[in-house]
Amino acid sequence: MERGAKERNQQLYKPCSNGIIAKEPVSLEQEIQEPRGGGGEFDMSDILYFCRRGVESIVDDEVTKRFTAEELESWNLLTRSNYNLHHISARLTVLWGLGVLIRYGFLLPLRVTLAVTGVGLLVVLTSIVGWLPNSRMKKYLSEKVNLMCYRICVRALTAIITYHDRYPKNGGICVANHTSPIDVLILASDGCYSMVGQAHGGLMGFIQKTLVKACPHIWFERSEVKDRHLVAKRLSDHVADKTKLPILIFPEGTCINNTSVMMFKKGSFEIDCTIYPVAIKYDPRFGNAFWNSSKFRMVTYLLHMMSSWAVVCSVWYLPPMKREEGEDAVQFANRVKSAIARKGGLVDLLWDGGLKRSKVKEVFKEEQQKLYSKVLVKLLSLR
Amino acid sequence: PLWCDKVLLRASRRVEIAYFSHSQITRLYSRFHSLDKGENGALSREDFQRIPELAINPLGDRIINAFFPEGEDQVNFRGFMRTLAHFRPVEDNEKSKGHDASEPLNSRNNKLLFAFRLYDLDRDDKISRDELLQVLRMMVGVNISDEQLGSIADRTIQEADTNGDMSISFSEFIKVLEKVDVEQKMSIRFLH
Repeated sequence: MERGAKERNQQLYKPCSNGIIAKEPVSLEQEIQEPRGGGGEFDMSDILYFCRRGVESIVDDEVTKRFTAEELESWNLLTRSNYNLHHISARLTVLWGLGVLIRYGFLLPLRVTLAVTGVGLLVVLTSIVGWLPNSRMKKYLSEKVNLMCYRICVRALTAIITYHDRYPKNGGICVANHTSPIDVLILASDGCYSMVGQAHGGLMGFIQKTLVKACPHIWFERSEVKDRHLVAKRLSDHVADKTKLPILIFPEGTCINNTSVMMFKKGSFEIDCTIYPVAIKYDPRFGNAFWNSSKFRMVTYLLHMMSSWAVVCSVWYLPPMKREEGEDAVQFANRVKSAIARKGGLVDLLWDGGLKRSKVKEVFKEEQQKLYSKVLVKLLSLR
Repeated sequence: PLWCDKVLLRASRRVEIAYFSHSQITRLYSRFHSLDKGENGALSREDFQRIPELAINPLGDRIINAFFPEGEDQVNFRGFMRTLAHFRPVEDNEKSKGHDASEPLNSRNNKLLFAFRLYDLDRDDKISRDELLQVLRMMVGVNISDEQLGSIADRTIQEADTNGDMSISFSEFIKVLEKVDVEQKMSIRFLH
């Protein structure tokens, strides 16, 4: 199974092609200036454009479908991926039953054991390394320990990862699209990074505190997260120190379902350093890697991951990018995002991943109104 | 899920099935279900407002309104399909011919009626100057002054109003839009 998956990994994954409707790519200006009913600048038919676009978005919009697992074209024998595929035959049910036995009876216990070993070793070994005085030996040992333990954890998920095009990294910031917490494992098992994140309590917090003894990770308290200047300063300081490792950041800020890349938050792009973009694409046939945090807790998610067939993914390292003259942080962020989307075969969206939980800002509606008013005023002046 | 099939079976006895193929109904049901966050088999206005592209549409609220029957706060799957049926392209009419004497939902007339009702909020079958102004204001936001908007409204009514009652009736509305390709502008191409 591993070898077969590795061969198939060479091509880009084909995105699901069964949309509900076909949208016409007509802009507001184009449609409204077509033959009008009356002779004036405002035409009663102008509402038809907004009406149709509105109903199109009710049937199929670009945003809400990114926050739930991707629909599969054919079933992969996992109950959790079975949405609309109704043809259940007796033979398929038997196959599915067999699959359940293998996955829960054999694969899951094996993987859980590996995972516990991996995490346990990580905690113990990084504590030991942490006691050493700061030296090149410590850095070397810390790297080896981290890589080894993360690789065990990766095995615990039966993650079959294909890395493409490695580039040497020299400090800086590494950015990638975010689908699940496993992204961190996948990247950290191939290279050493400083991680950035919120300081948790409990088991997670304990692991975070242990890790930071051996390796300079950046953990923020919940209160500090709101202070953008503080965050930017700590990141800049880290980056300025050439002896430190590259920082790993997921600029989307939330998990997206791996069919698209959503807006990158500009914070990491304001810092003056090299950006190393990475594109991660999971193969949905072996298991759904997306963590729907509103539906599943972390533990449930990990159990799902460990009882899927496998986690098959491709990682593309892109050539390093730097902010160009005259480019502001937002434009730079969009440029990096497009490069990642193109490489990973994902849809490039400008929408904010935060729309998962919050309402869209009024200013976007005002933009639409401004656009329409411009067309009206132009026609008024032509009268 | 099993109960989804029951809904489809019940729906198949209604007229709405004439507008959509079996696979389209399945996909639409899947969409309906994903919008239905409360999982109670019906959509509320909040469920629609959660769609960002609809929330930024200047006429978003009016469009959402069109899905809800008079005075109701919930729309079930049948009502959902019924409203969407208006947007079926006109040439796909063979299936609905001969069902009953009334016009198919996606006829040019019914599409125009749908658009007319976006203006006519109080359902008195007339678009008054106020109603026209309301829609205009929704579409332009703060970018055009009251006076200018008022004169645009007056001009529009003047050109459309043939019986002199200072409002636009449905037949006057049809006349105004007779040169407009309503079939194309109010149609959505459903796949499969």
